[in-house]
Amino acid sequence: MKKIQVLLVAIISLALITSCGNSGKKNAEAGKAKAITGAGATFPQPFYNTIFKAYTKSKGLLVTYGGIGSGGGIRSLKDKIVDFGATDAFLSDKKLSEMPGDVLHIPSCLGAVVAAYNIPGKPELKFTPELMEGIFMGKITKWNDAKIAQVNPGVNLPDLAITVVYRSDGSGTTFIFSDYMSKVSSEWKEKIGAGKALQWPVGIAAKGNPGVAGTISATEGAIGYIGSEYAFAQGIPMASIQNQAGNFIKPSVESVSASAAGDIPDDTRVTLTNTTAEQGYPISSFTWLILYKEQAYNGRSKDQAMQTKQLLKWVIGQEAQLQTSKVHYAPLPEKAVLKANRILDVITYNGRGL
Amino acid sequence: MKSEKLFQYFLKSGGILILMMAIGIVATLIMGSIPTFKEFGFKFIFSSNWNPTEGRESYGALPFIIGTILTSVLALIMTFPFAFSIALFLGEYFKEGRMASILKSMIDLLAGIPSVVYGLWGFYTIKPWIVELGLNAQGFGIFTSSLVLAIMIIPYASSLSAEVINMVPANLKEAAYSLGATRFEVVKNVIIPNAGSGIFAGYILAFGRAIGETMAVTMLIGNSNQIPSNLFDLGNTMASLIANQFGEAEGLKYTSLVAMGLLLFIITGILNLAGKMIMKKITA
Repeated sequence: MKKIQVLLVAIISLALITSCGNSGKKNAEAGKAKAITGAGATFPQPFYNTIFKAYTKSKGLLVTYGGIGSGGGIRSLKDKIVDFGATDAFLSDKKLSEMPGDVLHIPSCLGAVVAAYNIPGKPELKFTPELMEGIFMGKITKWNDAKIAQVNPGVNLPDLAITVVYRSDGSGTTFIFSDYMSKVSSEWKEKIGAGKALQWPVGIAAKGNPGVAGTISATEGAIGYIGSEYAFAQGIPMASIQNQAGNFIKPSVESVSASAAGDIPDDTRVTLTNTTAEQGYPISSFTWLILYKEQAYNGRSKDQAMQTKQLLKWVIGQEAQLQTSKVHYAPLPEKAVLKANRILDVITYNGRGL
Repeated sequence: MKSEKLFQYFLKSGGILILMMAIGIVATLIMGSIPTFKEFGFKFIFSSNWNPTEGRESYGALPFIIGTILTSVLALIMTFPFAFSIALFLGEYFKEGRMASILKSMIDLLAGIPSVVYGLWGFYTIKPWIVELGLNAQGFGIFTSSLVLAIMIIPYASSLSAEVINMVPANLKEAAYSLGATRFEVVKNVIIPNAGSGIFAGYILAFGRAIGETMAVTMLIGNSNQIPSNLFDLGNTMASLIANQFGEAEGLKYTSLVAMGLLLFIITGILNLAGKMIMKKITA
C-alpha cells in the first residue's frame, strides 16, 4: 500500500513537471501564426516597441518583443524559442558557425553612443579621439587639463576631478563605444579592447542607460557614454566628437544617419564606428534583427515563417523607418534597405523559397 | 475517507515537487558551472582577474567574494547596536503597550520596503552625505552600500532576537532581581547568556539576507570589478555582478556567472544551516 502511494505521488509530480514543457510543440505545420515573438537588444527596444505595437494594431497579428539583451537574443535564437532575435553587435564568423543553422542579419535602424558629462555651467565641449582616449583611460584626470583646454578654447573649464562612468551590465552600447575606441587608439585596443563588458582601468559603473545617466547627473565632474536614444530623449549635455575627416560632429539623427554613407557589405555585417563619411558622427552603429535562413524549425508552421518574413520586410519599409526619428533613432540609408531586402528574399521553408 | 486520501496525495506531491525543484536548481548550477571549473579549476575562486573581453577572457571570483563578505560583515557590525537595542526594548523592557506596537509595525514596515527603494534612498540621500563628509569623492562604494544594507537587515536581526529574549524564563530573571541585581545586570548576566545563541541565529539570518541582496547594492557599490583597497573604495558583490552581467553573457562568461551563483548558493546554504543548528540547540 505504501509503495503504491509513493508511486502515485511521484507520477503526479512528474506529470506536473512535464506538462509545463509540452505546450509549445503542439503547433501543427499547417497551423496559422498566432503571434510572432522576438527577443534581444535593449538599445533599440523603444523603437521596436513603437513599431511592433503599430504592426499589431494594423495587421491584427500580435508581435511581442522582450528586451533581454543582445546576448539573450542570440541565445534565444540558438535555442529556437523565438521567431527572431535582435543584437547590437553582429555575430562574428566564429559565433555564426556555432549557431545550429544559417543566420541572417537584417539592419533595422541606426543608433549612436554619446559622451555625456556633468560640468557646472553646462559648457559645450569638443573632443578629439586623443582626448577621448586620455579621459576614458584615466590619463587626463582634471577638467582644466591643458589638453582639454587646447581643443576647447574660450570654454571655462573648472578645476574638477574627472569621474568616468561606465556600464556595469554587459551592453551593446559598451560594445559600440569600445569598438570605436579600439579603432582610434592603439593603446586602448591593446590594453582594454572591444566588447560588451570590459575591464576598465578607472571609474564607477552603473546599470543601464538610466543608471549611467543618473550617476552622471548626480556626480559633478562625471563623464560617461550613453545610448543616443536615451540621451536625445533626456536632453543630456553631450560632446561633439572629431571624426576621421577632421570635423567636430554633434550627435544628432542626421549625423548618425550620415555615418552609414559609405559602402556596406552584402550581409550588412559592418561596424560604422570611426566612419569615413564627412558629416557622419563617428560612434554610430546599425542594430540588427537576426533570424534563421531556414524557417522550418521547432515545428513552426509555414504561415509563421511567412508572417515573420513579412514583419521584417515591414520593419525596413518606409512606414516603420519614418518612425525612427520620433523615438530618437536614425533611419536606414537607402542602400542598406536595398541590401536588407535582398537578404530577406533568400529565406526558405523546408528548402523552398517563401 | 476518499477525499482525505486525495488531499494527502495532493499535499505530498506538492512537497515532493518543491524538493525536486530545489535539487534541480543545485543540479543546474553544478552542471552549468562545469566548463568554468574545467578551464580555471580552483583558480576561479582565488583569482582576482575578471576580464570579459573576447580573446583575453579570464574569470576570477575573489574580488566579488571579498566584496560580498566585506559589505555583509560591515553591515552586520553597523546593524548590531540598533537591532540589539530594539530587541531588548521589545523583548524585555516594553513587551506591550502602544510604544511597542508602533515600533513593531515600523520594523515590519522596514522589512517590507522593496530593496530598489532602499537603493534609491541611498543614491539620493546617503550618497550625497558621504560626499559631503569627504569619506570618498563620488559617494559610492563598500561603506555606502553597507550602511544601507545595515538598515535593511535590522528587522531580520531584531525580530528573532526580541522573540528569544522574550522567551527567557521569568523565574530566572525574578531570581536575579530578588538577589538585588539591577536591570543592566539582569540583561548582562541572565538574558544574554540565556538568549545568546538565539540572538546569534537572528544575526546569521540577517547576514544571509545581506549576502544575497542585489539591487540596493548594485545602485551604490560602484560595480568596480576589483578587490577593494579600503572600506571606502568601490567594489562589487557576487549577487550584484550576476544581476548586472547575466543579460549579455555567453560561453565562458555565462558559465562563470553560473559558477558564481553556485558559490553564493553554497555560502548562504552553510550560513542558513549554521543558523538552524544553533536555533535547534537553544530550543532543545
